[in-house]
Amino acid sequence: MTANLAPVSHLRPVPDPQPPSRKGAGEPARPSVAELERWATLLRIDCVRMLAVAKSGHLDSSLSAADIVAALYYRVLRHDPAAPEWPDRDRFVLCKGHAAPIQYAALAHLGYFPLEDLMGLRQIGAQLQGHPDMNRTSGVEVSTGSLGQGLSMCLGICLALRLDGLAETAQVFGVLSDGDCQEGQTWEAATAAAHFGITNLTAVVDYNHLQTDGTTEEVMDTGDVRAKFEAFGWDAVEIHGHDMAAVVEALERSRALDRPAAIVCQTTKGKGVSAMEGRFGFHGKPPSPELAAEALAELEARLERQTGSLGAGAREAGADPADALETGADDPDSDPPE
Amino acid sequence: MAAEAKTEPIATRQAYGAALVELGEAHEEVVALDADLAVSTQSIKFGKRFPERFFNCGAAEANMMSMACGLAATGKVPYCSTFAIFAAGRAYDQVRLGIAHNELKVRIGASHGGVSLGEDGASHQMIEDIALMRAMPRMQVVVPADYNQAYRAVIDSFEANDEPMYLRLGRPATPIVYKEIPETLAGGVDVLREGKDITLIATGHMVWRAVEAAESLEREDGVEAEVLNVSVLKPIQSGPVLESVSKTGVAVTAEEHRVVGGLADAVRQVAAEQHPVPIFAVGMGDEFGVSGTAEACMEHFGLTASGIADRAREALLLKPIVSRPPLFGPEWT
Repeated sequence: MTANLAPVSHLRPVPDPQPPSRKGAGEPARPSVAELERWATLLRIDCVRMLAVAKSGHLDSSLSAADIVAALYYRVLRHDPAAPEWPDRDRFVLCKGHAAPIQYAALAHLGYFPLEDLMGLRQIGAQLQGHPDMNRTSGVEVSTGSLGQGLSMCLGICLALRLDGLAETAQVFGVLSDGDCQEGQTWEAATAAAHFGITNLTAVVDYNHLQTDGTTEEVMDTGDVRAKFEAFGWDAVEIHGHDMAAVVEALERSRALDRPAAIVCQTTKGKGVSAMEGRFGFHGKPPSPELAAEALAELEARLERQTGSLGAGAREAGADPADALETGADDPDSDPPE
Repeated sequence: MAAEAKTEPIATRQAYGAALVELGEAHEEVVALDADLAVSTQSIKFGKRFPERFFNCGAAEANMMSMACGLAATGKVPYCSTFAIFAAGRAYDQVRLGIAHNELKVRIGASHGGVSLGEDGASHQMIEDIALMRAMPRMQVVVPADYNQAYRAVIDSFEANDEPMYLRLGRPATPIVYKEIPETLAGGVDVLREGKDITLIATGHMVWRAVEAAESLEREDGVEAEVLNVSVLKPIQSGPVLESVSKTGVAVTAEEHRVVGGLADAVRQVAAEQHPVPIFAVGMGDEFGVSGTAEACMEHFGLTASGIADRAREALLLKPIVSRPPLFGPEWT
């Protein structure tokens, strides 16, 4: 295995020099928007590395979800990598299981398993399967990958938590794709979540508008997904899915609602890699060595910039999360909604 | 709280509901889900007793199976019931990824299996569920013969093991085969009657018919037929099957299911690899069911005691030839 890695050793993930500080088991970390944006870049970089090595997988689908996943794992989720089975934890379910690399990157950086394992993605004998596998990978709550099933699985988890008296404590976050919203089962789950009076479920839709055969508008226009969730009895908001402050705010707001919550995130497929952003034809295709090099150069330059400005910003501002949410809007890499 | 054994004909689905209540009383982690068929599947009994642990999912079976995955992943033991057609057919992918692939302790109570569902006809008569569920990795397949065995199967499903399980149950009142509620399913193959001439191997609703067939073969033909009840089709216990067919040299299988992928194939697979003997099959051919009363449907497709007996007579006629086929070799040249 080591011999095989030699030619791609420059793609090997490196430990984050600025990992999140954790107060203790299950204590929510309260990093700033700028820090979260930096981590989103870090996770994107590892997605490119993993896919370049694996020569297989869904890169652009992972990149579009990077900001959502960073916001959840680094700030919103109450979880403890040292105790993945902690009963009170929030649950993260990657309903769009094909974006597994972005979840794997977050899990590895937060200590669920060694960073080195990212290099084994999709390889025989490795723990990281093409789609998340609960019996192989620490931090994966349920196996996913067949679109449409994830939200129902989340609902089952919510009901179990309610029976255990944990509905007020533990929130279940499902990250869906636009493809999930084309599957009929998602709407069975949406109906049932409202019917069962679920209050601890947040469906985050990474709506990146591109699927395997074309744009969602061409292939199967799902219409106004936010309005649909609302019609199903959910609290539903629509936000810009790469505006970190908005993502964090919507996720944290969803905890306190008396109904299931949907957050429709308007995102760009391939976000963060200019050559891929919003472009059709990359779904399920690994990057060529040239594209990977180009993507890494772009992302690593951004990481350096973000790390630099973070150092400067941290000296000025305190660690108050409310302030941090404000300051994040000034970040040059946080594009305004289109 | 020893449950009472039944003596009069009664449907196996009735045992599902009754046993589920017993499990619910004994184990707090047991939850039940249904898809708007709770009266038919009898999960309603659990629902009335434990409303907070019962989830009627409406006519949305796919959602129900994936919900069971989430519940099981969070420490509950879900019992999901609906008709076999929806459990194994409509929700196949949900059962496959969420339950079987995850190796979760979920029990699928699939009622109204086979053509004895009757009047609703082909759209509802599931005749390939055993094949689908046998083919699915990690899934156990259990088909009880009568109420008393079904009761044991449901109770044991909680404690026997943690692997996913598909339980096929039936709609019509079915004669009792086991006088008492058996203490165990054992390995899933019971010798109900001993004999030396031919082995009749049956499952589910065909077991009592196989016993009748054996009686008529003895009465009318002087044939001593051995009768095996296979209640666990996967993993099938090969020992008793091989022991019997090696004694009798010929067998007939009987199932209310396609002969492809069902009991016939399971038995033939065991025999072909370890003790090849001719095995004839009673079951559904390459065709769908039709409307009619339960019994009329069974008769229409030859799924009766006389159907089994007739097939046994054919098998016995051919036994001297097919059991000892002429060898190719020097003696033929």
